[in-house]
Amino acid sequence: MRIANYADLRANSCALRRLAGRRFFALLSGLVVTLAPALARAEYRMNLAAPATGLAKEVYDLHNLIVWICFAIFVVVFVPMVVALVYHRKSTGHQPSAFRDNHKVEIIWTVIPALILVGMAWPATRLVIAMKDTSKEELTVKVTGLQWKWEYEYLGDDIRFMSNMSTPQEQIAGTQAKGEHYLLEVDRPLVVPTGRKIRLVLTASDVIHSWWVPALGVKQDAIPGFIRDTWFTVDKPGTYRGQCAELCGIGHGFMPTVVKALAPDEFAAWRAEQKVAMAAAVAVPGKIYNMAELKTIGEKVYTTNCLACHQASGAGMPPAFPPLLGSKIIKGDKAGHIDMVVHGKPGTAMAAFGKQLSDLDIAAVVTYERNHWTNAIGDVVQPDEVATRRK
Amino acid sequence: MHEHATPEVYYVPPPSIWPLVGSVALLTLAAGFVLLLNKVAAGPWIMALGAGIFGVMLFGWFGAVIRESLAGKYSAQVDTSFRWGMAWFIFSELAFFLGFFGALFYARIITVPSLAEAQLLWPGFAASWPTAGPGLKTALTPVSAWGLPALNTLILLTSGATVTWAHWGLQKGRQTQLKLGLALTVVLGVIFVSLQIYEYAEAEFSIRDGIYGATFYMLTGFHGFHVILGTVMLAVIFFRAWAGHFTPGHHFAFEAVAWYWHFVDVIWLLLFVLVYWL
Amino acid sequence: MYTATAPDAAAGDAHAHEHAPAGVMRWLTSTNHKDIGTLYLWFSLFMFFFAGGLAMLIRAELFQPGLQLFQPNVFNQLTTMHGLIMIFGAIMPALVGFANWQIPLMIGASDMAFPRLNNWSFWLLPAAGILLISTFFVPGGAIAGGWTMYPPLYIQGGIAYDITILAVHILGISSIMGAINIITTVLNMRAPGMTPMKMPLFVWTWLITAFLLVAVMPVLASAITMLLTDRHFGTHFFDAAGGGDAVMFQHLFWFFGHPEVYIMILPAFGIVSTIIPTFARKPLFGYASMVYAVASIAFLSFIVWAHHMFSTGMPVGGQLFFMYTTMLIAVPTGVKVFNWVATLWRGSISFETPMLFALAFVILFAIGGFSGVVLALVPVDIQLQDTYYVVAHFHYVLFSGSAMAIMGGVYYWLPKWTGHLYDEKLGKLHFWLTSIAFNITFFPMHFLGLAGMPRRIPDYALQFADFNMIASVGGFLLGAGQLLFLYIVVKCVRGGAPAGDRPWEGADTLEWTQTSPPPYHSFVTPPLVR
Repeated sequence: MRIANYADLRANSCALRRLAGRRFFALLSGLVVTLAPALARAEYRMNLAAPATGLAKEVYDLHNLIVWICFAIFVVVFVPMVVALVYHRKSTGHQPSAFRDNHKVEIIWTVIPALILVGMAWPATRLVIAMKDTSKEELTVKVTGLQWKWEYEYLGDDIRFMSNMSTPQEQIAGTQAKGEHYLLEVDRPLVVPTGRKIRLVLTASDVIHSWWVPALGVKQDAIPGFIRDTWFTVDKPGTYRGQCAELCGIGHGFMPTVVKALAPDEFAAWRAEQKVAMAAAVAVPGKIYNMAELKTIGEKVYTTNCLACHQASGAGMPPAFPPLLGSKIIKGDKAGHIDMVVHGKPGTAMAAFGKQLSDLDIAAVVTYERNHWTNAIGDVVQPDEVATRRK
Repeated sequence: MHEHATPEVYYVPPPSIWPLVGSVALLTLAAGFVLLLNKVAAGPWIMALGAGIFGVMLFGWFGAVIRESLAGKYSAQVDTSFRWGMAWFIFSELAFFLGFFGALFYARIITVPSLAEAQLLWPGFAASWPTAGPGLKTALTPVSAWGLPALNTLILLTSGATVTWAHWGLQKGRQTQLKLGLALTVVLGVIFVSLQIYEYAEAEFSIRDGIYGATFYMLTGFHGFHVILGTVMLAVIFFRAWAGHFTPGHHFAFEAVAWYWHFVDVIWLLLFVLVYWL
Repeated sequence: MYTATAPDAAAGDAHAHEHAPAGVMRWLTSTNHKDIGTLYLWFSLFMFFFAGGLAMLIRAELFQPGLQLFQPNVFNQLTTMHGLIMIFGAIMPALVGFANWQIPLMIGASDMAFPRLNNWSFWLLPAAGILLISTFFVPGGAIAGGWTMYPPLYIQGGIAYDITILAVHILGISSIMGAINIITTVLNMRAPGMTPMKMPLFVWTWLITAFLLVAVMPVLASAITMLLTDRHFGTHFFDAAGGGDAVMFQHLFWFFGHPEVYIMILPAFGIVSTIIPTFARKPLFGYASMVYAVASIAFLSFIVWAHHMFSTGMPVGGQLFFMYTTMLIAVPTGVKVFNWVATLWRGSISFETPMLFALAFVILFAIGGFSGVVLALVPVDIQLQDTYYVVAHFHYVLFSGSAMAIMGGVYYWLPKWTGHLYDEKLGKLHFWLTSIAFNITFFPMHFLGLAGMPRRIPDYALQFADFNMIASVGGFLLGAGQLLFLYIVVKCVRGGAPAGDRPWEGADTLEWTQTSPPPYHSFVTPPLVR
């Protein structure tokens, strides 16, 4: 068809519509075929997580209410629009009106939405105030965000541990089948009693992180140098999983927040166990560890703390994350190597692990690094040597 | 001196190379600056090259505008455009300073008290101003408002008066008053900058000394930079006055620079009250 | 709406010596608003494809759980640069391109108030673009901490982080000068008889957008300068040990950032407000209210910024204040949507490609607006902040909002700019491909966010897999569809059926009184407007 001007365009619109219609149908069919397998066996959560706290339930309900209101407004606004598109067409001969305003109508559709918003704001305000009220807490836990793990410290209890993601690298790389809680599992979750008001005080040691567990309805940024707080009361025992919710570097997607809620008596038992375990994890004073013992512990420490940057192969990702294979630090003396791990390198991504790891852990990982892959320096590091370098 | 029929059409300049030169200048300047910051040897040279090209652009572009103006190409409507343009440019500069003042307010009213509340992290830190923060062990002696800063306030306020006096001279056709007023203003600007440099040298704290040092030097530093710019612009106007470019009815460049100078003065008053005094 | 005195073809000829210079120099040294508008539009199209390419890589990685293509540090560069380049390289320059082409024509002015400054505003963009793209090739790669550049993460990065700060400074200078140019042009150069309340709404939206730009771009400049000094000059603006505060950056950034999103949408509102009356053959309903609504939105945009920060731990009073102001901004926005529907009501509607885009804009932008209201509610926002729900929200308002309005505007004005009609059946195909693929890509993201998927992650838990796969398929289709757009535009520029002065019978603004394309210098003497 030859289109010389706008009139030609209109005259040929029927043909154009048929052509467009055929192509459109073909496209739609193609899409359905591509997506059908995924659609068939899919898991489609379409709403907020099942709430495990009273507050989360109220948030869940508020959200549902708002969605329904928005849907109703959508219908009220767009049904007339569709009516206009169908019935007020030039092609069916409809003549245009000339009206260009109507003050009454405009006032109505300014005031009514404003009132609807006030209606939404009322329950929301109540919830905002409730969420901020961290008073009368029954247990306080200090949460510290680090690159890329969480530290939990039960204030007043001397219980303190790191919570690292425990999904193996092989699952991420695809050489192993992914487990059920892929990326949402940790070696040591935050353990809390049910039915008690738990207050979290949060901070961070390096960059901003954010502690979030959807089922608990809690999200709070962890900001270095500052204390923030939030609270929750878990209704039922169970394990609740979330993730860091503020971009914090390369490990942002790999630092889950897992909370295990136990009945109060089970929690009390766990607490007592922890105090014993904390004592045991400290290096046995006076013991001389051998290469094999240190390397075994060191490999675990390396995988949890160093692998993300320095890689499983030790090759790192230069220039930001230097290789450990035959590097100056490795070939240099033990003291320099220990210093690097304990004190980090300010101005770079190398954190001061002295704050996070025990003397034994550091001794082990340094020994491991010096004697693994192609490194074979042959020396061992004892926990006491690390203790000396801390000063 | 320049009587000419006001043109009826709005002057649209012919194609011009100066914008492109300006872009090349800023690209070079930016690249050089980044290299300088990252301690690459070529950095300062590239940056200097960029600054040089930028200077060439200023000379060429403003030169073209001055020539067009003296040739009578600008209608009254164009003059109005220049006025709007300068006014909004100054507004954007004000917004730039507002960002730093905002930082000062936030730090004093929200951050420092918040840090003092975080005794779990900073045991023993008490909220006070000035402070270098809870983690830096720096005692801070601020610059007293009633020493050099008060003198500088007087200097700038006087310079505002001298430039206004110069303007009156221009409006009444008294070229000597114009030139003298401008010269005095330039001299006062130079004195101000010199005294600020002296104050910086004598200060017992640096930009690295916590939030106080950072806000102090950032605010006074950018202000001083704007004073330098303003002084240079006043000097250019002074030379143009010598060349007889300005008539009682036609001297927008003078006015634009005078506005800028008053703006710099206003920012100083805010600085004096909010940074030095309170 | 407008009648004007006879077109000034005669006046144009009188300036024959000012005919367009030839070759490369024409484009490098132009002081002509049409040329400069064309430069902005091509630049933005190029950047749209570059950043869109990054998005294809993102969706390829997110097609399945696991890390298949990119290490996390590269993935974070992709997401960061996709956002930065789309905002500063695609959307904003495209809208400025429209401003350049259309504002002088719509107000009967011969050019912008400051034609040389106009050219500088454009040529600063390639300078910034060179700096930004160079960051992919420097040690450490491009910035990877989000386009929002939050410290302390931003302080940790390598040389790219400095380059990016300087590039954003250059972009800021370009925008500020452009905004000053637009304000002065609109206030000072309207044709006699064109009072402010007779200006086309597109001109109003750009005037108000320019006020926003000139007020907030300098604040961004101050914030990124503080990042630079914290990185290299030992300052402690954002370091708690020195009395600084990382959250302070967020306040400064979002004080810029929120008006910035209105900067990106208001001119789009103006485009849609031009297209709908044309193809409904009916005047825009409630012109005065539309102006007041845009002004209210702009004013309110200054007092809502902390809704991007509800989870940072601000006091209750702060959360409530920003919740209320954010909800309030829905009122004038709603008024605009209702007015567009009222414009359609009892019109005589036809469905050319520009109209299809404008209609889709109204519906899809409204969906984005609704998700915005959901996010405004603090308790709900706590669950949705930093999740894919936010990604869905802003893509609905920025892609099916701004970008689709831009596409509609391109189809609408291409006949005027080039003198040729574009291929209508291909245009419609592009529309349907884009709209359907867009929804397949982004609607599921609402569910992903609700289900708990954070944003800015290269890999995700298994329960998010299915919607991610769907989104990726949609994304690939969406990307492919835009290649069709490129083809249509190039084809139209090179030739096509003659457009005539006024191919759209319902169009009534001043540009349609000029030839297609208009003379190189149009309205040398302004028309008289009644």
